[in-house]
Amino acid sequence: MSAIEAPEPPLRLTPTGWTLLGLAGAAILLLLASLTGVIGKGNPLDTVFIDPFRQMKDAPDLLVQTVWEGLVSGVLYALIALGFVLIFKASGVFNFAQGIMVVFAGLTLVGFYEMGVPAFLALILTLGVMFLLAVSVERVVLRPLVNQPDIILFMATFGITYVLIGLGELVFGGNPKQMIADQLMLPKGSIEFPFAGGFVALQKIDIAAALIAALMIAALAFFFQKTRIGRALRAVADSHKAALSVGISLNQIWVIVWFTAGIVALVTGIMWGARSDVSFALQIIALKALPVLILGGFTSVPGAIVGGLIIGIGEKLGEFYWGPLVGGGIESWLAYFIALAFLLFRPQGLFGEKLIERI
Amino acid sequence: MFYREAGQFKTSYAADMAVFPIRQDRIGIAIILALAYLGIPALQNEFLLTSVMIPMLVFSLAAIGLNLLTGYTGLLSLGTGAFMGVGAYACYKLTTLFPGVNIIVWIVASGFVSAFVGVLFGLPSLRIKGFYLAVATLAAQFFLQWCFVRIPWLYNYNASGAIEVPQRTLFGLPVTGANATPETRYLVLLTLVVVLTWFASNIVHGRVGRAWMAVRDMDIAAELMGIRLLPTKLLAFAVSSFYCGVAGAAMMFLWYGGGEANDAFNINQSFTILFMVIIGGLGSLIGSFFGAAFISMLPTILKFGLPAIGIPLSGATAEHLTFLTVGVLIIFFLIVEPHGLARLWQIAKQKLRLWPFPY
Repeated sequence: MSAIEAPEPPLRLTPTGWTLLGLAGAAILLLLASLTGVIGKGNPLDTVFIDPFRQMKDAPDLLVQTVWEGLVSGVLYALIALGFVLIFKASGVFNFAQGIMVVFAGLTLVGFYEMGVPAFLALILTLGVMFLLAVSVERVVLRPLVNQPDIILFMATFGITYVLIGLGELVFGGNPKQMIADQLMLPKGSIEFPFAGGFVALQKIDIAAALIAALMIAALAFFFQKTRIGRALRAVADSHKAALSVGISLNQIWVIVWFTAGIVALVTGIMWGARSDVSFALQIIALKALPVLILGGFTSVPGAIVGGLIIGIGEKLGEFYWGPLVGGGIESWLAYFIALAFLLFRPQGLFGEKLIERI
Repeated sequence: MFYREAGQFKTSYAADMAVFPIRQDRIGIAIILALAYLGIPALQNEFLLTSVMIPMLVFSLAAIGLNLLTGYTGLLSLGTGAFMGVGAYACYKLTTLFPGVNIIVWIVASGFVSAFVGVLFGLPSLRIKGFYLAVATLAAQFFLQWCFVRIPWLYNYNASGAIEVPQRTLFGLPVTGANATPETRYLVLLTLVVVLTWFASNIVHGRVGRAWMAVRDMDIAAELMGIRLLPTKLLAFAVSSFYCGVAGAAMMFLWYGGGEANDAFNINQSFTILFMVIIGGLGSLIGSFFGAAFISMLPTILKFGLPAIGIPLSGATAEHLTFLTVGVLIIFFLIVEPHGLARLWQIAKQKLRLWPFPY
């Protein structure tokens, strides 16, 4: 089985195209029906398909607020997904431990601060810990398991997850901790501005999170495109064997990649921790990054970002406008269904490489 | 010396295809069955029955179910916990709606309900593969878990929001509910496990099992050889979910005796069963038993074993250490023997054939 570039097929309606056309037609019919009053208020079709949109039109400030909240949680999902993508691209490992790495990085930072280390020094020390983690993961787990099937490596990252949970709880205790947002000069409070007859409140920390995420992604893009190590990373992602044969050290690349994922985890941990608190519950929320991954494709950095935003916004809109119809709490699974719906049309994700399988 | 097949001649195809072709194996299995049926209940040890044997048997059943899907058909699933939950709730609904019917019938019937749900969530497996599919099965996990909590009809509008297992009898003896003795529950469960394992063994040694393994090894090649992927993959999902459903029903009715879905059938349960399958050995029925025994007994051993050898632990530290140990053990086992305990068993048997004069 190998991946090769496929020539773009000429545009014509596939079964997928017909499905999309049918959906669009149904939407137009529904809209017409509701406008002409064939489907009145209270009709089940109206409640599900028309009324939420009417609500959106009637209260645009609520809509903007919901979209903004979706956008912010989308950025955070995208950051976790980014950590996954970095490691998957370079080593083909589906790193389940990314979620716990976020928690672990956050806990280490707070732990150092509580020991009396100044905030920014603690930040640097935490980076050191993440580097140590990357080295030990490469030495202890990846190196002995090289050339094993994917599922074995996936399981090994489960082992890492358990070790990190155990270690983190043993060292820092299992209680939630307050992120040291003030000491790291992160802004507090919110900006409110009037919008379409209402108010929209934007938390400053959320704006900062979005900005920092954008900065980090730009930095990563620069690192990948312009530096020597970045080129080596892309070579490894393309083909391990070819990269080895031109003298790129796989072990070194793996350490770098896991360290990069550790940095991403630390930034995610700070941002997420500043919004709520640092606790092991974050690890469950990190599972939300998985639908983002399948939506964007396991190997695509832009995919992780676009996927994160789609999932974040879709999830918040769905919960706010459609959730009450079925009793709420649909946030826990809606993301997966959004991702599944996309997957039915593109099995390799939105930006994933098209796989052509051969015998 | 004693484990040698010299002098045992096969004179028919049936004998050649037997599951246990060596006489010593047949004697061994008879001894194990006799011990399980007569020896263990005769010890009259309630702790052994309720904390060791019953959990192990329930998890073995679930692990066999997942192994049929992941180990034999190569479809990675992270929704095992939810499929177990479907079995438990189906059994609860059926036995409260029709209390006159024997509970064993309902436990098995609930497996069919679970199989139906499994087929529904298995449909995407035709389009998507590998880790994409694994994440897609998470949709089943979270959606079904949401249903268990949000649809009160499923738990008969109980104030506790949990399954309350009623008393049911078999031959006049209570097998479920508070009055059932551990011995009866154990024997009923053991019989279920033995019969279902026998079925599973026949499935995987027959035409269906070979088709599954062909799909696992390379599905395109299998398709070219005339194996229809749609029925084969869906059958794998159905049979696997059947086993998981029966395991879930057995877990609720014969082990827990009532409980809430979020505790018993959450995502961690799915991961635990995946550990069992991988530690035990992918694509091996006996491995499912080894894995289930190992993982289900590990916390008990750590909890009671460490104080016994003189390492006193407080409750919280013990829990953290359990996490740490489980993580380290998973990584250790994957490195030492990626093919699981079943492979170690095979190696041991091979060595035994030459013992005491190896060449």
